[in-house]
Amino acid sequence: METLGFLIDGFGVALAPHNLMFALLGAFLGTLIGALPGLGPANGVAILIPLAFSLGLPPETALIMLTSVYAGAMYGGRISSILLNIPGDEPAMMTCLDGYPMAQKGKAAEALAISAVASFIGSLVATIGLILLAPLLAKFALTFGPAEYFALFLLAFATLGGITGKNPVKTIVAACIGLMIATIGIDNTGVQRFTFGVLELYEGVDFIIAIVGLFAISELLFFIEARANGGTPKMAVNKLSLSFADIKAILPSSLRGGVLGFIAGVLPGAGASLGSFIGYTLEKKIVGKKGYFGEGDPRGVAGPEAGNNGASSGALVPMLTLGVPGSGTTAVLLALLISLNITPGPLMFTQNADIVWGVIAALLIGNFLLLLLNIPLVGIFVKLLSVPPMYLLPVVTMVAFVGIYSISNTTFDLYFMVAFGAAGYVLRKLEIPLVPVILGLLLGPEMEKNLRHALDIADGDWTVLWNSGLAISLWALAGIGLVLPYIVGPLLRRRMRQTAL
Amino acid sequence: MFNKTMFRTPGLHKTPLTLVATAVLALGSSSLFAFEPEGKVECIAPADPGGGWDFTCRSVGNVMETLELVPRSVQTINMAGAGGGVAYAHTVSKREGDDQVLVAASTATTTRLAQGQFPGMNADMVNWIGALGADYGVIAVASDSEYDDLPELMSALKENPRSVKFAGGSAKGGWDHLKVLITAQAADVENLPRIPYLSYNNGGEAMTQVVGGHVDAFTGDISEAQGFMESGDLRVLAVLSEERLPGEFSDIPTAREQGIDALGPNWRGFYMPADISDEAKAYWVDAMDTIYASDEWQKVMTRNGLMPFHMSASEFETFVHKQIDDIEQLSKDIGLIQ
Repeated sequence: METLGFLIDGFGVALAPHNLMFALLGAFLGTLIGALPGLGPANGVAILIPLAFSLGLPPETALIMLTSVYAGAMYGGRISSILLNIPGDEPAMMTCLDGYPMAQKGKAAEALAISAVASFIGSLVATIGLILLAPLLAKFALTFGPAEYFALFLLAFATLGGITGKNPVKTIVAACIGLMIATIGIDNTGVQRFTFGVLELYEGVDFIIAIVGLFAISELLFFIEARANGGTPKMAVNKLSLSFADIKAILPSSLRGGVLGFIAGVLPGAGASLGSFIGYTLEKKIVGKKGYFGEGDPRGVAGPEAGNNGASSGALVPMLTLGVPGSGTTAVLLALLISLNITPGPLMFTQNADIVWGVIAALLIGNFLLLLLNIPLVGIFVKLLSVPPMYLLPVVTMVAFVGIYSISNTTFDLYFMVAFGAAGYVLRKLEIPLVPVILGLLLGPEMEKNLRHALDIADGDWTVLWNSGLAISLWALAGIGLVLPYIVGPLLRRRMRQTAL
Repeated sequence: MFNKTMFRTPGLHKTPLTLVATAVLALGSSSLFAFEPEGKVECIAPADPGGGWDFTCRSVGNVMETLELVPRSVQTINMAGAGGGVAYAHTVSKREGDDQVLVAASTATTTRLAQGQFPGMNADMVNWIGALGADYGVIAVASDSEYDDLPELMSALKENPRSVKFAGGSAKGGWDHLKVLITAQAADVENLPRIPYLSYNNGGEAMTQVVGGHVDAFTGDISEAQGFMESGDLRVLAVLSEERLPGEFSDIPTAREQGIDALGPNWRGFYMPADISDEAKAYWVDAMDTIYASDEWQKVMTRNGLMPFHMSASEFETFVHKQIDDIEQLSKDIGLIQ
């Protein structure tokens, strides 16, 4: 019941007029950016982070805005899936399967409305799960000593590739790049590493600069390249005719998808792709021959959409309670928390209770806002998507530069961001994933610190690392996480591809 | 042994301002000052928003506006990097003679200066204006710990310096670590470098580890310990202040009354660029005294757990130099610097 009290206080924070306004703005911009074909939520959030800094928002407002962006991007991802058959990111792939056929049959508006309702239900279910599970896990986190944390970080790295990851070697290369960048700065014994006497490097590389550079700036470079060779895609929506019965028909699918998605989201490394995949296949199994999956069955839109939105809320659980992000987007949010001087983990639930519960309440409110935005206003988003990039790009670039400059007021950071942008462009051309780079950069210093602490406490005895039941379980899970993709991954990917065909 | 004064770079920018400042102060009326700030006054917080320095700038800025010590507003500029080093370098190299900018500082600033972490720079290159309060150091243990008071903890260290492990929110050699060493030194513990110190990202994380039973003792500031103290998870063995702290903290014994003469104030104050006019310096020094005496500031202090601590002008300058010398000596003793 303590939780309920905190949640009510949280609503107090989230419903403050200015916070509500920024939640609305975040939801709107998030949907818009999620709807851009080929742009995932991690990039979306990364592009909008500088906005929070340029506006000089207080921590809770900045977080509320960006969690709304996060939720909005998940909603928006479905627009291009349904209308263009181009998924914004991997989790949105499943939505194409029945969404695009529906659009081809002239039912684009219905598909969009159904997916919005399903997204709403999926998120709602998972946010309730988050409210119930997070405080419990936060209390449990007190039993984590340095050895257990070290094992937990290993687990996070072991599951980095994810079950559906494509090229494990490139994932490892990416994580190593991140870990190497993480060694820059003064380490916790006061020794300078790779600082070259440059004062700005003493505290290491700022995560936010790295993220905005790697994701946002490189995205801009890609955008320019892609648009230079082609025009803006044409999209159109019909007039909506959706009855209450239609919504009732997709309700069970959405609930099942939401629950499954939440579970998949909590598990490290699994994430939204798995959530939407399970959501889809389960619906197909349950409905069986009666359905017409692959030819525009509304349940085939509802299941995976609820699944991937559920997973995105589920992924917040390990991030908020243990400080270990399970996905690229939560990694970006973690970096944001750290740069706002808020350390995720068990303490955050007591020391920054107003912020945590404000954010959770904002997630709930954001979902209502998104539902409102997405059903009647979907036409506006579609129209905005045909705004020529020559107007959009300069705005995004300006926001990125102003935002990063306003963090520390030094031009050094701007050069640094551009360098990261160029590096991100090259890495993406080489098909080296960027999320492991960020995770390496974020988690590397923590992992090193915990290893050193564990050894310090045990006077240099290495066996301390697997001296508790908890630590052993985490090591075992890490082992499984490392091996499983090689066994199950190809199988799963083949099935995903078969389903997709 | 080296004489420690050898390590003090000759005062290139040091001017006999302090004498003038005290002299003017003695007259005690601001109407005599030739200097009045005009237009925008800046306060540089050498960290990201949300930290202690940021708080110092914003809260003092507000009080200065209320007391009409500034013509218009005080603009806080965040300039993070190198634990304050970027802002220090900026003040030294780009702001010389600028009498409309204040820079927030604390014991973290003097610690880094003492340990040579601002390369090529020293305390004589700026003007130290004043301090407006302090957060005092504490040594604490989990409520179920075997140690009941500070002498007990220290005698365990005397027997075996590795027997008690400390967790704190600063880096090795940082202020939280130094507080352990200052206390242990005052208690005649030998072999200081062997005392294990684990550094965490902040005091909160360090306390979680102590409360969770993973590390033996916590070193930090009283404001950090408040939450866990109230919940009953943490027992504060000693506060490193001269006298007992006011209000709800009055139950906590000082190290001094337990026979261990250790002090650890983490003061909050300001420095300004070198080569500002005597009148300007006198104005700001006087402003510090006015702020500290005001009800507005006393309210800010109570609300934010800041304890009484005030110095300005030459007294503050002497204090800063002494603190730097002490920390430098201690850091050499434990082999942190050569």
